Amino acid sequence: MIANFVQLVYLVAAALFVFALHWMNTPATARRGVYAGVLGMVLAVVATWLQPQVIHHQGIIIAVIAGFVVGIPLSRVPLTAVPQRTALSHAFGGLAAGLVGTAKYYLWFGEGPAELTAFRTTAIIAEVILGFLTFTGSLMAAGKLQEIKWIPQRPVTYPFQNVTNIGLLLLAAGLGVAVVLQPTASWAAVAFGVIIALALTFGVLLIIPIGGADMPTVIAILNSYAGLAAVAMGFVLDNKLLIIAGALDGSSGLILAIIMCRAMNRSFTNVLFGAFGQVAPSKAGGEEKIYKSETIEGGAQVLEQANSVVIIPGYGMAVAQAQHKVRELYDQLKKRGATVKFAIHPVAGRMPGHMNVLLAEADIPYTDLVEMDDINPDMPQCDVALVVGANDVVNPAARTDKSSPIYGMPIIDADKARTVFAIKRSKNPGFAGIDNELYFSERTWMLFGDAKNVVGELVKQLSGPSVH
Amino acid sequence: MFLEAPDPATAQSPDIWSQIFVFMLATFIGLGVIRRVSRLLHTPLMSITNAISAIAVVGAILVAGPDYPAGIRLLGIIAVFASMTNIVSGFLITERMLKMFKTDKKSGESRS
Repeated sequence: MIANFVQLVYLVAAALFVFALHWMNTPATARRGVYAGVLGMVLAVVATWLQPQVIHHQGIIIAVIAGFVVGIPLSRVPLTAVPQRTALSHAFGGLAAGLVGTAKYYLWFGEGPAELTAFRTTAIIAEVILGFLTFTGSLMAAGKLQEIKWIPQRPVTYPFQNVTNIGLLLLAAGLGVAVVLQPTASWAAVAFGVIIALALTFGVLLIIPIGGADMPTVIAILNSYAGLAAVAMGFVLDNKLLIIAGALDGSSGLILAIIMCRAMNRSFTNVLFGAFGQVAPSKAGGEEKIYKSETIEGGAQVLEQANSVVIIPGYGMAVAQAQHKVRELYDQLKKRGATVKFAIHPVAGRMPGHMNVLLAEADIPYTDLVEMDDINPDMPQCDVALVVGANDVVNPAARTDKSSPIYGMPIIDADKARTVFAIKRSKNPGFAGIDNELYFSERTWMLFGDAKNVVGELVKQLSGPSVH
Repeated sequence: MFLEAPDPATAQSPDIWSQIFVFMLATFIGLGVIRRVSRLLHTPLMSITNAISAIAVVGAILVAGPDYPAGIRLLGIIAVFASMTNIVSGFLITERMLKMFKTDKKSGESRS
């Protein structure tokens, strides 16, 4: 009776989860999705907790309270820190899956071979490997994004890196097969521990060679792993709600990863094993190219005359916390009757959709945030393209230079605008040391300085009465 | 746990397949639904799917709650904590981000 009731509640929760994601298809209904998700979650937790075999409550209550104590501050982080918060939550998801798998294995190990069927044991091994590699991998990713000192930001490579990584994973899988064949042999308990250690190590090694620009893809892939770990847990516990929720999470991560990869014209394997950033081709004897820089006053005068302005934000805008100044600029230009749009590249920032959230936070209506594919046809009619902290996503080398590491990557056609202003902190080349031809184009004028200061000064000029 | 039939060899084999079918169908539903999610909302999408997959809390409670050895239950309790953290922070931050998406300033005051 109670078992049927629980299954019914799980069924309702699964439906609510599907609706929650369905309502995310437009910002108008998205918040309804959150409420559906919360309702499904509360129902599922209560129904599970009320089951008669759950008799020890104290530990669970403490864990739930601790979850609130840690979870609430984690939900209040500044939006620039959302990528690392997301990575951290993948780590928690992986940890939960890994621990439940471990607990179940040793529990059933004590109860004898009848419980550890081949299917269950396989699912447990998958759950533990996916869970623990997601745990350490996501911690590493979060550390890199948070720029923790002792975690190197730049990709770290060493000889035979890929061979080592794949070897580790194969070793873990091989041990897994052995444990499935003899799940209750006395050595199997030890082998299981070794599998955990290998998965933990593999997670670290997988992320070490990956640089900041690849983080959107990596976060999406880790999202997918966390979902698959939950699916494996569902197989272990014979729980279809877990399978469904995990599959939704897994497919979401997969789709986002595919979008990110397409937006960089790269494959999964290339992101995970390619160690982007090592290439840095130094063009032999390249002639000194010359930047033309422009003063704030000059920039403001051109902007004042512009009828249409496209602002192209990148990670530099997030680093400089410039989004609120950008909003002021947007307001000033709008006041003068110009049309102002934001061109959003899928991989701008450090996670999928990062720029949209930052600009929405600054109160810019989402109707003015335009995707790359939709804005590119309009770029030739655009009077001014203003690049704020973006680099690779506007580099025309992606279209023309076959030797460039970003060749083939779709870009925002900033170079086709009548005038280009690029705000840049220094004259150093951007990530991966790739020269950006856009900066040397005859239509481009550089505005050197911190993005927040430069945009702030432009706003001052435009709002001042003396501009003519 | 829920095992009604004591003999796993006969009782479980059909259930394995129904689990795999559920997985396959849920993946197709997931791909279909997620593909239609607005690109504007990919960051909130990630945080909400994160919260939803923390449904792992259900499995964690079933390890932490029954009369199992203390060591096993401790693993379950840590897993409950990790999942609850994701549930709480995931839903709250999704809601916080979604509140910021407005069409324009005037209508934004009356509704979001």
